[in-house]
Order: sequence, then structure tokens, then C-alpha cells
Amino acid sequence: MSAIALPRRRPAARSGALALGISTLWLSVIVLLPLAAVVVRSLDGGVGDFWDAVSSRQAVAALRFTILVSLATAAINAVTGTLLAWVLVRDRFPGKKVVNALIDLPFALPTIVAGLTLLALYGPNSPLGIDVAFTQFAVLLALLFVTQPFVVRSVQPVLIEVDREMEEAAISLGASNRTVFLRIILPNLLPAILSGAGLAFARAVGEFGSIVLISGNVPFDTQVSSVYIFKLIESDAPIGAAAVSVVLLLVSVLVLAGIRLLGRWGARHDR
Amino acid sequence: MTVSRPWQLTMRVLALAWLLALLLVPVALIFYRTFEPGIGAVWDSITTPAAISAFWLTIEVSAIAVAVNTVLGVVMALALARGRWRGKWLMDTLIDLPFAISPVVVGLSLILVYGTTGWFGRDLADAGIQVIFSTPGIVLATVFVTLPFVVREVTPVLREVGDDQEQAAATLGASGWQTFWRITLPSIRWGIAYGVVLTTARAIGEFGAVSVVSGKVSGETETLTLLVEKRFANFDLAGAYAASALLAAIALLTLLVMTTFNRRREEA
Repeated sequence: MSAIALPRRRPAARSGALALGISTLWLSVIVLLPLAAVVVRSLDGGVGDFWDAVSSRQAVAALRFTILVSLATAAINAVTGTLLAWVLVRDRFPGKKVVNALIDLPFALPTIVAGLTLLALYGPNSPLGIDVAFTQFAVLLALLFVTQPFVVRSVQPVLIEVDREMEEAAISLGASNRTVFLRIILPNLLPAILSGAGLAFARAVGEFGSIVLISGNVPFDTQVSSVYIFKLIESDAPIGAAAVSVVLLLVSVLVLAGIRLLGRWGARHDR
Repeated sequence: MTVSRPWQLTMRVLALAWLLALLLVPVALIFYRTFEPGIGAVWDSITTPAAISAFWLTIEVSAIAVAVNTVLGVVMALALARGRWRGKWLMDTLIDLPFAISPVVVGLSLILVYGTTGWFGRDLADAGIQVIFSTPGIVLATVFVTLPFVVREVTPVLREVGDDQEQAAATLGASGWQTFWRITLPSIRWGIAYGVVLTTARAIGEFGAVSVVSGKVSGETETLTLLVEKRFANFDLAGAYAASALLAAIALLTLLVMTTFNRRREEA
């Protein structure tokens, strides 16, 4: 930038400060203030009440099930998502573009509709005779439905960019397909698979709409934390609900931070 | 690496079967079940007064959420992509929070601020403003959950385009507004369009956060997704399917628009 241009740039700097100010204010009012209210007001009844709310048997059981079923969701997604991404990038078949577009369907479909559709196929009136409604498996199914695009969409671009020459070099040196996949392709994809699975996990932990109809909300069995919080709000116990929410928030924030670190690791891996 | 033919076919079949069993057959079945009793019955159940009111409330709320989140999303993207200030990483992380937070917690957080026992509850009641169990609460919840979409679509585009042209315009004497309207906005228009589509889809489909703050008064604070749940709970399965099919049709339309925009964006 030459010296002549400097005075001209001042309005841009001012509008930059304006953008920053508006952004901070907007984010604070819409997101941070309500979240602060959850954290602060979870302690309205004192530390003792907070502890009672989060350590009640039902709260612990719900949280344990939520974490376990979300881990299972993330793990299954890591496999099926990578497979789908592979087929979409390396395979050719008629209708591939349509399949590629349909991957995003769970992001576009309202979650309550997702739950209802699964209930129609895998519920009491199933035309297949498969009825898993109101079981833990049904919760897993709902979570798999809504998180399905995450791993596919994070692995796909990496797989497109992957250096084919490395693979060819390995094959010309006598490596088997198995070796090429395990030693060259998988290490390249790993950061993307993990960050996709992390996003799926974060989404699964908080998921509500798709689960509410199909889980039956049986305490100590199919009750997840988000539904448990909803029940607490309905029975007019918002402070207890806030305490359980804080634990759930903590899990979300940790996962988000983990994904950020992964992103940095993935970027370094590229070089 | 070239995969042998049998392997290639196995993987293709497995991947497509998974997609079919998990996504496509269930969604197709909903449409089948919806139209089983005939198109007249479907039309009747999506044109009841409650359904029409739910439809318009959904449209109204989504329109507001899309409008504010588009304008402020672009502002936030500009602050993130063009600004140089400390603590930028913090805002960058915080913007993703709505993606990671349970919608139920979002609803609860609004109750704790704007509800009758909330931080501003008394002041709002004195002023005669009802937020929770009323339309403003539904709007706030929807704006919260859809906040990141436009920012996340526009920021990478702004970074990629760079600010060479903006600087050139400024050097040639353009004002900040002129530069924005003539240089910046045209270059990010597809990013904005894509973000708007994602925001719309999520706003129309939001259930958890809205369900906590709405109060679910039929004909007043009931959105389409809440109508689906209520009809299901009242054993009106056909009615729930019909409303679901309407929402699923909107989702498929969204998907179509997304695919088209993606192609346009890649060509641009």
C-alpha cells in the first residue's frame, strides 16, 4: 500500500470497527446472554441444589446413555460415512449426482419429521414387521439418521484432493491395496474422519426432535439428557433443568474445542 | 489405487443399501402413507384453520429469522474475514455454539432470561410485553439456532476473494458503502444465497427450541413442526403424516435449490 492510499483507507477502518461492534453486540444479546443465564441461574438454589440436580440417579442414567449412544453414533458414522464418501468420489454409476444431493437430506428435513418417518418404517405399524420403537436401538437409529451427512461431507473434499501419485508410487513399489489403504489413504483421511465424527457426536448429544417420538422416554432406559431436561422444564423445575443443561453445555464446548484442535492438526498434516 | 471389480460393487451396494434403509425408504414411506387415504383427505387436513395458522406462523418466523441473520451474518463475516483484532478466534469459536447446543437448552435459556421468573421477566411484564409462550420467543429461539449459517458460508468466500479489489476501489475514491455494494456484495452473493437456503430450511424445521418457548396454543403459537407432534400425540396419525409430508416436500425443494446453487457457485 502506497502512502497516497492511506487517507482513503480510513473509512474502511472505521466501518471495520463498526462491523466488529455490531457483531459483538449481536452475538452477546442473542447467544451469550441466554447461555450466561443458564450457567448463572443453575446456581440459584446454591451449590448443594446444583449437585443434587446433576447427580440424581435419573440425571446420571440419562447422561450416561446419551454419551454412550452418541459415541456409538459417531463410531458407526466414521465407518459408513467414509464408505459413502469413497463410493461417491472413486466409483462411477448412473444416478450418482442424485445420491450425492440426497446425502444432505437429513440437514434439510425437520427433525420431528425424521422421527416420524423412522417410526413409520421401524415402529408398531412397520410394513417390514420390524418394530424397534421405544428401545435404545431406536434412539441410535434416529441419531444415525440426523447425523448421517457429517462424516461424508468432511471426508469427501479431502478424498478428492488426496494425492493419487503417492498411491501409484506405492503400488509400483509392490504394495497391496490393503497396504495402500491403511498406510497412505487412511492416514490422509483420518483428521477429516475424526472431525466429522466429532461433529456428529456433538449433534447427537444435544439431539431432541428426532428422538422425542421414537424413544418413548423411558427413564433409566431410553431417556436421553435433552428429553430429561425437557421433562424438568415441563414439570416447572427450570433451575434443575439449568443444572443438567450446564453439564450438557460443558460436553458440547469440550467437543467443539477438540474439533478446533483437530482442524489445526489436520492443517499441519497437509504440509 | 484401483479396486477390483467385486470389491467396487460390494462397496457400492453396501453404501447405497445403507442410505436406502436409513433415509430414503422411511421418507418415501411417509409420502406413501400420506396419500394412502387419497388426495382429498390430505388437502382437508392441511387446510384446517389450525394448520393454516401454523403454516403462516412458520413462514412469518422464518422470514424474520432469515432477514436478520442474513444482514448480521454478513456483518459478522466481514468482521471475521477483514478485521484484524485481538480475540478474533474467540468470536470465531462462539459463533459455532448454536450448532453444538441442544435445542432444548436454547429454549430453556430464553425462559431463564425472558420468562416470568427470568432476569428481565418483571420489567417485560411491567411494560406489557410477553416474550415466552408468544411469537417473540419463537422468533428469538429460531434466530438463535440459525445464527451461524450465513456467517459460515460467507466468511470463507470473503477470505478467498481477498481484499485487492476493495482496496483498489477505495484507492480510486469509492466510499465504504460504494465498495460494499459494487465490489464486496457481488463477489459473495452465492455464498449468501447458500447460507439463506440453509437458514430457511433450519428455521422452518426447528422443533426443540420452539417447543420449549411456544406454549403450543393452537391457532396462535403453534408452528408446523409443533402441529406434527400434537397430531401424533392426539392419535391423528393421518394428520401428522400430512403435515410431515408438507414439511418433507419443503425439505426436498430446499435440497434441489441447494444443488443448483452449488453448481452455480462452482461455475462462478
